Amino acid sequence: MNGVPLVAYLGLSMFMFTTGVVGVVIRRNPIVIFMCIELMLNAVNLAFLSFARYRFAIEGHNTEQAIAGPMMVIFVMAVAAAEVAVGLGIIMAIYRLKEEVDVDELNLIGG
Amino acid sequence: MKLTPELIIFVMLAGPAALAAVGVVAFGSAIRSALCLVFNFFLLAFLYFSLSMEMLGISQIVVYSGAIMVLFVFVIMLLNPKLIEERKDLKRPIGLAFGVVLFGVLASQVLPALGLEGPKPLRHEVGTPQMIGEGLFTNYVFPFEVVSILLLVGVVGSVFLAKRRTQ
Repeated sequence: MNGVPLVAYLGLSMFMFTTGVVGVVIRRNPIVIFMCIELMLNAVNLAFLSFARYRFAIEGHNTEQAIAGPMMVIFVMAVAAAEVAVGLGIIMAIYRLKEEVDVDELNLIGG
Repeated sequence: MKLTPELIIFVMLAGPAALAAVGVVAFGSAIRSALCLVFNFFLLAFLYFSLSMEMLGISQIVVYSGAIMVLFVFVIMLLNPKLIEERKDLKRPIGLAFGVVLFGVLASQVLPALGLEGPKPLRHEVGTPQMIGEGLFTNYVFPFEVVSILLLVGVVGSVFLAKRRTQ
């Protein structure tokens, strides 16, 4: 896009990442904590893509350098999909054991 | 920095995306957070389009807004979690202060080095499906195969976890 500086994309990315970190720290519902992790992953994806567009998909770089960012985003998406499937399975297994799941009170191994 | 139509479109996409990100954290019920997150992912896909990464924008809509968020909403529906009472404890102000400090440190270290000029003309059409597919099957074929094994293990593991054990 013509006229939008890289700072704008990076600023949005950092804001989303910080919001995700704050959510992981202050929320108590494990499903919402998972959503905040997804938010952080997406913030990183946005940073990857904006750097790929602004710094590497231009004159003076070859195609291999330009494709590295989008490839990383593809792999982040795939790993996030696997992580969500397993993580939600774990949360469902915990819900079956206990009625209320609060990550601050949760103590299954009796430590 | 001039006020161009592109900048206005960017603000119209990025502002609601940032608001939706705050909504994920601020809303009390899980389903409202999930809907905010769907909205955020959808807007992010359009931001990817604006970076001329069309293939990844479409995968963002299909994979994140589609598959992953449907999984989230489905689990929320199945479990019907009781509203966990957000206690007014020390965790909230400490978390917020930590977030503000983190954002300040990140922004002060990274953003001043970037400059305010717009993008240079696009030379490599890296957003097209052809380029993504070529990358996946040439230089990145080993990570691609590893990811396929990871997804297989994920599917088997989640089936195993979700299975009701019979005593």
